[in-house]
Amino acid sequence: MNNVIYLMLRRMRLPLILLVLTYAVSILGLTLIPGADDQGNPWRMDFFHAIYFVSFLGSTIGFGEIPYPFTGAQRMWTTFVIYAAVISWLYAIGSLLTLIQDPGLRRVLALSAFTRQVRSLPKQFFIVCGYGDAGSWLVHELTERGMYCVVVDQDRDNILSLEVEDLHTDVPGLQGDATESGTLISAGLKHHLCRGVICLTGSDDSNLEIAITSKLLAPEVAVFCQSDYSDSAANMLSFGTDHIIDPFGIFASRFSLMFHAPSMYLVYEWMTAVHNAPLSELKTPPPGTWVLCGYGRFGKSVHEHLALKGIKTRLIEADVQATTAPEGTIAGRGTEAGTLLEADIQFAAGVIAGTDDDANNLSILITARDLNPNLFTVGRQNLRSKDEIFKAARIDLTMQPSVITAQQILSLILAPLLDDFLRLASEQTEEWANLLVSRVAGVVEDVAPTLWELEVSPLHMPTVFDCLIRSEEVRIEHLCADPRNRPDRLPVVPLLLKRDTGNLLLPAIDTQLRGGDQLLLCGREEARAHVDHIMHDHRALHYTRTGIDRPSGTMWRWLMRGRT
Amino acid sequence: MNLEKVLFAFFTILALTLNFGFFVGDVDNPAHHNAYELFAALVVSLVATIMKFGDRAHIGALLLATSLVADLQLITAALIWGSTLYVMEQQLTPGITASIVSLSGGALLANLISVLLLVVETVTFRR
Repeated sequence: MNNVIYLMLRRMRLPLILLVLTYAVSILGLTLIPGADDQGNPWRMDFFHAIYFVSFLGSTIGFGEIPYPFTGAQRMWTTFVIYAAVISWLYAIGSLLTLIQDPGLRRVLALSAFTRQVRSLPKQFFIVCGYGDAGSWLVHELTERGMYCVVVDQDRDNILSLEVEDLHTDVPGLQGDATESGTLISAGLKHHLCRGVICLTGSDDSNLEIAITSKLLAPEVAVFCQSDYSDSAANMLSFGTDHIIDPFGIFASRFSLMFHAPSMYLVYEWMTAVHNAPLSELKTPPPGTWVLCGYGRFGKSVHEHLALKGIKTRLIEADVQATTAPEGTIAGRGTEAGTLLEADIQFAAGVIAGTDDDANNLSILITARDLNPNLFTVGRQNLRSKDEIFKAARIDLTMQPSVITAQQILSLILAPLLDDFLRLASEQTEEWANLLVSRVAGVVEDVAPTLWELEVSPLHMPTVFDCLIRSEEVRIEHLCADPRNRPDRLPVVPLLLKRDTGNLLLPAIDTQLRGGDQLLLCGREEARAHVDHIMHDHRALHYTRTGIDRPSGTMWRWLMRGRT
Repeated sequence: MNLEKVLFAFFTILALTLNFGFFVGDVDNPAHHNAYELFAALVVSLVATIMKFGDRAHIGALLLATSLVADLQLITAALIWGSTLYVMEQQLTPGITASIVSLSGGALLANLISVLLLVVETVTFRR
């Protein structure tokens, strides 16, 4: 802010000096020019009246000739004063307006307002670099949960769209280059409440640079990075980026799960689903030969994962040479019937349109379906603005890289244990996944489950911790019982119990809790409030543990003494 | 030679000299102190103040501060003078003259410090 004042003062020097000199010369002139009083005696204006006269003249008010009517000489001088004063005022005001309009000054003003906003953020926050499809989605979801974000984006339009967005918390946004350390620092990188930096700039190089800067300047801040290429992902890992998200890899591995382990696929899908989203239904893609259009980052990833599962693919790629597509790849875009027929689309089980152009992808899918109506269609949707068209095209499976990235980051932020859970789950059998899916489905009905974490600590679970100190046992079922009617169970499934001796996948409900335990739960949104209540209200926990509703008033407690 | 530096030094020193010109004479004798001189000292002092705007160096801040002190003293002196003549409508008495002149004496001291700072800055300036 100081910079701004200095800049303004420096630029206002000349207009202000001109104004002072104009006034001085005008006043001096009025006091020197001989005039006459009402009796016609020679009279000279004094300083007091000269200053008064010039002051109202300069501001174009004009009270008239005071204290006596002017002589010819005075009027001639006054004419000069009028023009001089108006011109110097115009110049001064014009300079001030130019100064306010100056883009440099506006940038300085915006930066200082932004820095002030960031400094006064009340709670922990995340820095989101890149407010594109994934960034805006993520910011929306985080603020919906009462969390705070700071946005940095190079594109002015994106920052403007952030300003008009109706978000639950105040999100400061800055138009700037996040790869510069200065920008990141003003966005609060070194702020003690900064919890993480999320790189979604859409360019691996920029993401890499932001990750390096963040890790060097603030090693304790978590860095979430989107990466589309494996070599930059390896580079990011090498200096300790905490989470690297490759949306194509995530999609390809889940998609390949759909063939042999559909329940496992559902586990992944549900656990990382959006807040209150309708539960996705299981669509099993048919085995057989698949036609894959586009052998870019997406195509390569899908091709590799399908090959691992023993599913054959026919490749179609416009630029065979540049993408180093394997032998037998058909050259062409896939949008025309000829190329698709060449790939034996009539006998294929499904088609995957995976180019980086949304219009081409839609065209591929529609053409392919015309040739073979039984095809299972998978489409890659690059831009969120195309939502309506993709929905209208009735595609069996739509893959949106930005949504996958944002969902993954969101679940990592909201429930860090989810990462451990999913890793352990991937080692389980399909039967195990099947059981879990039916358990979760029984609890949540038709919306995606909410995931949250609990920690057995005096701060987060005062009631449980008190019991543990008195060496009374508390089991998971005590947290999951309905505090209004104990035999009823809350719609909750405990997913993972993390303690120093090791992780317990799907812990049994009679597992005893210990200090320092971390628990990952999933269930219906409203169950969370009940669990919270048990964690904070001694009476509620006492009731769910023993079934006795302890009286809370002193009087009643005295009356009931000895009965409990 | 730098024109900005010349003008800056010119106005700072002119503010001092004009102020001194008004100040000298018997402290309570109105005939020894001319209104035009006070006016000139005030205008030059204002210009010198504006020229010091926006200097980020520490010595620049000091220069601005002393200059503002001089302005304040001179404006107060002019206000007393004006209100005696046109608000209370009486002639300048030796007592009022003395207070006007001593206010300008304070401004003179501030202007003297300004010039001293200017000299210090020049002496410590290295190419």
